[in-house]
Amino acid sequence: MEKTGAEILVQSLQEEGVEVLFGFPGGVVLNIYDVLFDSEIRHVLTRHEQGAAHAADGYARATGRVGVCMSTSGPGATNLVTGIATAYMDSIPIVALTGQVTTALIGGDAFQEADIVGITRPITKHSYLVKDVADLDRIVHEAFHIARTGRPGPVLVDLPKDVTSARTVHHKPQPVELRGYRPNLKGNPKQVKLAAEAIRKATRPVIYAGGGVILSGASEELIRLAELIQIPVTLTLLGLGGFPGTHELFLGMLGMHGTYAANLAVSDSDLILAIGARFDDRVTGKIEEFASNATVVHIDIDPSAISKNVQVDIPIVGDVKLVLKELLKELSGGSGQWVKVRERWLKQVRAWAEEHPLSYTPSKKKIKPQFVVEKVFELTKGEAIITTEVGQNQMWAAHYYKFNRPRSFLSSGGLGTMGYGLPAAIGAQMGCPDRRVIDIAGDGSIQMNIQELCTAVQYRLPVKVVILNNQFLGMVRQWQEIFYHQRYSQSCLATAPNFQKVAEAFGAKGYTLTHPDQVEPALKEALASDETCVLDFHVDREENVYPMVPPGHSIRDMLLGRGKKEVEKKVSIADRDKITG
Amino acid sequence: MRHTISVLVENKFGVLARIAGLFSGRGYNIESLSVAPTLDPTVSRMTIVTSGDDRVLEQINKQLNKLIDVIKVWDVTQKEFVDRELVLVRVEVSKDKRDELFRVAERFEARIADVGERSVTLEATGDEARIEDLIRLLKPLGIREFVRSGRVAILKSEQK
Repeated sequence: MEKTGAEILVQSLQEEGVEVLFGFPGGVVLNIYDVLFDSEIRHVLTRHEQGAAHAADGYARATGRVGVCMSTSGPGATNLVTGIATAYMDSIPIVALTGQVTTALIGGDAFQEADIVGITRPITKHSYLVKDVADLDRIVHEAFHIARTGRPGPVLVDLPKDVTSARTVHHKPQPVELRGYRPNLKGNPKQVKLAAEAIRKATRPVIYAGGGVILSGASEELIRLAELIQIPVTLTLLGLGGFPGTHELFLGMLGMHGTYAANLAVSDSDLILAIGARFDDRVTGKIEEFASNATVVHIDIDPSAISKNVQVDIPIVGDVKLVLKELLKELSGGSGQWVKVRERWLKQVRAWAEEHPLSYTPSKKKIKPQFVVEKVFELTKGEAIITTEVGQNQMWAAHYYKFNRPRSFLSSGGLGTMGYGLPAAIGAQMGCPDRRVIDIAGDGSIQMNIQELCTAVQYRLPVKVVILNNQFLGMVRQWQEIFYHQRYSQSCLATAPNFQKVAEAFGAKGYTLTHPDQVEPALKEALASDETCVLDFHVDREENVYPMVPPGHSIRDMLLGRGKKEVEKKVSIADRDKITG
Repeated sequence: MRHTISVLVENKFGVLARIAGLFSGRGYNIESLSVAPTLDPTVSRMTIVTSGDDRVLEQINKQLNKLIDVIKVWDVTQKEFVDRELVLVRVEVSKDKRDELFRVAERFEARIADVGERSVTLEATGDEARIEDLIRLLKPLGIREFVRSGRVAILKSEQK
């Protein structure tokens, strides 16, 4: 039977198991919206297309399924760009469907025309412009296949209006066959053996794991490996939850805002076992001094991640879960001896952790932002899904919430997108209706996509927004304090809306909290509520995130707090010039 | 060091843009690039001349392989290969000086592609050094325009 392109599209989405779609309609996608009107797919109307892209991303991170977003052509499509780039940098599987002007008009500067395939080429894993309705079902299935397999990532499908109205016969989905795309899943057994040997020989090994562990669902294998060989584990921002935050072998996050123990352990190690991580500059600090005495084993599904930033001694290209299984086979047998072998190293590592644990100065008068996050952790027993914005709020969430489960910490790591947290929370809540979803936000970031409160209210999503309000762009101010002689250029947000009233105006519940004693009762009340809630915590304005590694320095060189001069290294003007972010 | 990379790609629109975008976006340079369909009309071959140290070349290779539309990549510089370039040169030369032009052409086995009132167009193929030599000898005679195809290369035998 003949069907229209729009019908074929929606049917193909259903064949891919799509249950929810985040989008915003417009002229050239009306054919599709007309079919969606009767479809079982749930459409979530965000209030800005950027929100739709982040919601699809949050849905994907929380559920492990492919997130889908849709927009019209031109400005609708360009509004998706930041969301697509966010997903690309963090290897998140989303499919972005964009409307396009009629094929006959393409290239003629038609109304709401933008070359979105061209614009997004460097920030998508792949993209399609569908020119013939006969290709449509095949392309949709290819798009989902590419998005979810290998190193996942966003795929864009651009749909001209005449393609969605044209009629043809819909084909049953065929197995996708792409001769230029065959990700290598199984690690080379020789390399796995080499890695096992290196691990056996090492005296000061550290596991450095990232988002790849979560993407491949390898947390269990990671825990088994760490426990079997008694190796301490540090995680990247994106890896949080991939290894339990309360595990005795867990060192905390590493890098620019890594813990003292993690950064020193990595610096002093003789073997780095990098698993699904990519040696980002925020992790390595000064690259020449990163783990300079260590043999580097790197497990990653993306061959181009190997030796991109740090020269790898033993690369293993493959799916993290499969490779870890092989590695476990190689290393198991003769267990028990490792506890003794590792005694000295673990003692050293624990001594560092005790010497300088994550800490802040509690206050009875001012709300400390770290205290708020600690309370959120306590009251949710570590079971919530936490999304973040970007900046200090993100780092405090990473430090003071202990993630014991994968897919619980959703944060824009690679691109560092302010305005990510709220729409991502909406996507996560749509995918996980039974979990508590909390956006830990700053007063600056939350204003970037605050319109999505309306979306949360419309769909009765009990998302909680915890604003750590310091009336500053806090991380910018922190850098200006430390590197720019406290010249707070354009980082002061003293003029701000009353967030409680904003929440109420959108139909959500709002709170303003100014005293530490209010923190727990307010959180308790909000967490028990089924409403969308915004909690505006007026926190200590000039609190900083520590530890902090000045840019361009080895991750050994940490500032541990204001006035903690014994470790603080003077940051010169030359260092300032190296600032990249 | 300079490398010649041979890339088999899907013969679809937009593939050239992906490859050009990859090179510019990641800061790799392209000295020359030529594209044409292969015996299989759904596949095209690109020959790209680029330069960089071993690490850069390794990344170029891996990044190219990462593109969905790229089927296979060889760095032919590391193998036994033959490479050629085609050049078309229009030399503006008065009739009395043409003998010298023809002598140069003969020495380089260049064909006369066109003879006009005021100019002669030569067509020559060869490896890069040979083309450079030809141009050097023709320059004093008055090159008005020359067009090079960019390098194409082929392996000397079936290799993995």
